Amino acid sequence: MKLRLNVNGEIRSADVRPAELLLDVLRENLGLTGVKPGCRHGDCGACTVTVDGLPMKSCLMLAVEAADKTVETIEGLQDSPVQRAFVEKFAFQCGYCTPGFIMNSHALAHLHPKADKATVREWLQSNICRCTSYEEIQEAVEAVLSSGQPTSRMMN
Amino acid sequence: MIPFDFNYYRPATIEEAVALYMRLDQKGKWPLYWSGGTEIATFARLNQIYTEAVIDLKGIPECRALAVEEQEMTLGSALTLSEIHDSEIFPLLGATGSGIADRTSRNKITLGGNVCSELIYKEAILPLLLADSDVIVAGVSGARRLPIAQLFQRSMQLAKGEFLVQFKVNTSYRLRPYTSVKKRKQSAIGYPIITVATLTTESGSRFAFSGLCDFPFRSEEIEKILNQHELPVGERIRQAEDRLPAPIRSDMLASANYRRLVWQVTLEDLLANMEA
Ligand SMILES: Cc1cc2nc3c(=O)[nH]c(=O)nc-3n(C[C@H](O)[C@H](O)[C@H](O)COP(=O)(O)OP(=O)(O)OC[C@H]3O[C@@H](n4cnc5c(N)ncnc54)[C@H](O)[C@@H]3O)c2cc1C
Ligand code: FES
Ligand code: FES
Repeated sequence: MKLRLNVNGEIRSADVRPAELLLDVLRENLGLTGVKPGCRHGDCGACTVTVDGLPMKSCLMLAVEAADKTVETIEGLQDSPVQRAFVEKFAFQCGYCTPGFIMNSHALAHLHPKADKATVREWLQSNICRCTSYEEIQEAVEAVLSSGQPTSRMMN
Repeated sequence: MIPFDFNYYRPATIEEAVALYMRLDQKGKWPLYWSGGTEIATFARLNQIYTEAVIDLKGIPECRALAVEEQEMTLGSALTLSEIHDSEIFPLLGATGSGIADRTSRNKITLGGNVCSELIYKEAILPLLLADSDVIVAGVSGARRLPIAQLFQRSMQLAKGEFLVQFKVNTSYRLRPYTSVKKRKQSAIGYPIITVATLTTESGSRFAFSGLCDFPFRSEEIEKILNQHELPVGERIRQAEDRLPAPIRSDMLASANYRRLVWQVTLEDLLANMEA
């Protein structure tokens, strides 16, 4: 089927099977390889994107389910406060989990700019970092929240 | 990648969904209702489930209803666990639901999908059992409303083509004292060794359990025993164990003996706190 998706502010179309997962369509059809496959089972969060502003594991969603929604991937962020904070706080080692963490944190900062520690913790528990950068990731997110700066939106 | 093909349908009405299901079933398409789709997608990837047609219930307004009225609250089956938690409509359900999976997954997992899950846990059913909810079920002969205790007997007893539309909960249960405790093997995310939810009414406390046996349950017989304040807590728990509806589960997460211990300690703590 022909599918039109609103991704990173652009309308993109792809020929997909209805059984195709959003994760695979973003990577294979649209070339957005910043969306990382990990467990493909909803456990690791590496594949997190935002859908209508909410973090979503793209391995748990069909691409057709995203048809009338706005999808944002790491490629859609450009020098956002969360990205900068991750660099400043050294919040990654190998970097494989980073796009998922950033998309989740970006949504959190946007939806709950005054999130308390417990909420930050709860949201971050959706993602796994095999390199165990958890302390630094939490510091990066808290730095963005306490700075009070608005989360910049997508590239366009 | 899901290793087989299926068609995707998104009906806008209850009638359309049921008619689609029956038609696709007659054509041998093995249709499945799709709510959050998290279980179907993950099982399908591992070839543990097969379908040639999924019927997404999220386009049906009744399945997405969320309302508190004077008499009763309405919770649509296709609401996500995050939506229910954030709405604060039924705090016990919000709290129990927020122990399931993780925050991002709960942006997709729905109430209806969780209580119809193939897995044994179905933790979101505990508050619905405790609050004597009614369920609106749609099928070929229209919609019917029935008490959850009648519909849920170890699993949802649905006829071919039927699906859950809504849960109706008496508003008087909304702000009653409650507890929701989940004990996992390790870490903050994961399936429960046991989950216990309680709700206190004028006539005593109600208790429901997930993880302990092969299905979630509430037992009035066990509640009667646990509410016998004249008996020591340990004796009540011992008697309650004799009335469990099935053997204590033993699996990779926990042996039956360890599960029993976790259950006993959790109940001891809960009863001590509730009666303090
Ligand atoms: C990372 C992760 C962690 C998890 N941890 C837990 C946990 O700790 N505890 C727990 O209980 N579960 C847990 N789960 C399982 C999870 O609860 C299920 O994947 C989820 O409940 C399914 O909900 P869904 O809305 O996605 O259902 P779907 O995948 O849409 O459907 C599940 C089943 O229910 C049927 N169905 C769906 N809606 C209806 C309806 N309205 N009427 C009739 N039938 C219907 C479907 O046909 C299907 O057979 C976890 C899942 C993930 C991904
Ligand atoms: S790849 Fe999606 S959660 Fe792991
Ligand atoms: S930085 Fe390596 S997995 Fe997180």
